[in-house]
Amino acid sequence: MRDHRASGIPLERILLYAVLFFLAVMFLLPVYVMVCNSLKPLDEIRSGNLMSLPVQWTVDPWFTAWSTAQIGVQPTGLRPYFYNSFLLVIPAVVISTLIGALNGYILTQFRFRGANALFAAMLFSVFIPFQIVLIPMAKTLGILGMAGTVKGLIFVNSVYGIGFTTLFFRNYYAAFPQELVRSARIDGADFFGVLFRILLPSSAPIIVVTVIWQFTNIWNEFLFGASFSDYSSFPITVALNNLVNSSTGVKEYNVHFAGAFIAAIPTLIVYLLSGKYFVRGLMAGSVKG
Amino acid sequence: MAALDLINVEKSFGSNKILHDISVSLAHGEFLVLVGPSGCGKSTLMNIIAGLEEPSGGQLRLDGRDITPLAPADRNISMVFQSYALYPNMTVAKNIEFPLAMRKVEKSKRAERVKSVARLLQIEHLLDRKPRQLSGGQRQRVAIGRALAREPQLYLFDEPLSNLDAQLRLDMRTEIKKLHHRLGATIVYVTHDQIEAMTLATRIAVMKGGVLQQLGSPYEVYNQPANMFVAGFMGSPRMNLIKSRLAQANGSLALEINNADHPLVRIPLPAPSAALSAYAGRDVFAGIRAEAVRLARDGMAPTATECMFDARVEVIEPTGADTLVVLDLGGKEFTVRLEPDVQLKPGQDARFLVELSKLVCFDADTERRIA
Repeated sequence: MRDHRASGIPLERILLYAVLFFLAVMFLLPVYVMVCNSLKPLDEIRSGNLMSLPVQWTVDPWFTAWSTAQIGVQPTGLRPYFYNSFLLVIPAVVISTLIGALNGYILTQFRFRGANALFAAMLFSVFIPFQIVLIPMAKTLGILGMAGTVKGLIFVNSVYGIGFTTLFFRNYYAAFPQELVRSARIDGADFFGVLFRILLPSSAPIIVVTVIWQFTNIWNEFLFGASFSDYSSFPITVALNNLVNSSTGVKEYNVHFAGAFIAAIPTLIVYLLSGKYFVRGLMAGSVKG
Repeated sequence: MAALDLINVEKSFGSNKILHDISVSLAHGEFLVLVGPSGCGKSTLMNIIAGLEEPSGGQLRLDGRDITPLAPADRNISMVFQSYALYPNMTVAKNIEFPLAMRKVEKSKRAERVKSVARLLQIEHLLDRKPRQLSGGQRQRVAIGRALAREPQLYLFDEPLSNLDAQLRLDMRTEIKKLHHRLGATIVYVTHDQIEAMTLATRIAVMKGGVLQQLGSPYEVYNQPANMFVAGFMGSPRMNLIKSRLAQANGSLALEINNADHPLVRIPLPAPSAALSAYAGRDVFAGIRAEAVRLARDGMAPTATECMFDARVEVIEPTGADTLVVLDLGGKEFTVRLEPDVQLKPGQDARFLVELSKLVCFDADTERRIA
């Protein structure tokens, strides 16, 4: 190998970077196609090829997708549905994370009879496919009077997330030093005192993992959104689908690309801001657990 | 009125009995050390006192008040844990303040308390740090500080020194003893280290297999062990326990150590107790501490309570402060503690004097001390 060090860089390094560069290009290509075509007038897409840069740059497709595209009955663009998704995601993430923390706390710190069996049962909910719960859930939402509302979607996504959040917190708290909790109890902390003053403040890594996981899952969730919402409560994923599928007349690809990118922005931001904590949090859980 | 009463405390998991009928009564300002090998139930007993585990039977009283049904927080007890259990998300000041904050003590009073505790333990400069920025000894101080902050009626220490290195352990031991004197606090302390027990305690409870073997002052436990387990557990080196026959000849008693192919060793007992006399003609275990023996120099005669014997030196272990010498006594190993500059060689025969007032004998069957 030493023979190849003409430029001071070993051959295997060069090969490695070549492969990495190739893979990075492959991964970034769809993003390039989306961004580049969302900045072209429609004529250019139809006459030119998808890979070429815009000749005549325009941001109109973004404005159309955001505020004037025909999605429901009104030409509202994605904007109201984008808000719907936030109204849905934030409470659903907070609720499912808090319940997960509570479950993890109870399952690990109160070793009651059947705790492990109960945990196994909750874990099983992670493996239930969405389709199976559609009809029972529709009935439940009807009984609760939440059918076709954002509230209903919050409920569904929170319930479906509890399995995951419980798994995360339970495994994190299983490795949490018991003496800390005992000490807090002797010092006078009550049930919620221990949770809010001792456990949660020490749970930053697993909270980050849970929030990212729940946020991306619920933001990208389509089936529940399509099944349990109506025109006023569609989340962004359903609206995007409607935008792409129900456009009458010409298919406005540039608007579709812009819309798809808008729908992806929040999860991108969440990953960029907390991606390194995500990896760190997963590692912390695995090493200690 | 006693500060702490444990009355017939029992604990069992299913059919597995962890604690058998433990009764201890502790006066104000006493320092009780629970000591025993691992698995003896000492930590379970401490957890029961703290309220972290429920007893299967019996009662606990603190200053006459029945605390058996109370939650840990309502018992007015503080505990220092082996791992220190400092809250990692809080500063040192917040850690010390925590039990007061949980009890809704006024803010100004809390700050005052934190300050005075920090001054007492000399950790004032650490108040703004997080636990992970502290050394082991500093963490230990903070943990003690947190226990002191709310001035409880009883302090519990669960092996607080076992995570420290050897030198620091000695320093903190002295420190804890000083603190006990200064505060006049009532303390229950768990350890498996018998030297820690001897140095700190006003009273020692030796436990084994969930049974209280002996409850007494360090002096009593060391010099009049209730049974052979206590005799062997307390003290380093262990008490020499030698099976011998209590022989009667010419109206006086003597211990005879007789091993098939070794010459008979005879230790006459000039003034045996009535209880011991009743064992004449039977086998007993003679218990002799290593320091109850000294080397007989030329021309030295035994005093009234001493007895002379000959033995072969097998091993010499100088420790610096003194020299431990293992003898072959009638085929049995027998350790004696001699002065540091003693001139002996392995294989040499020498003459020794044993102080008979320090001799204790145990029933060969029940292993209890013959009083």
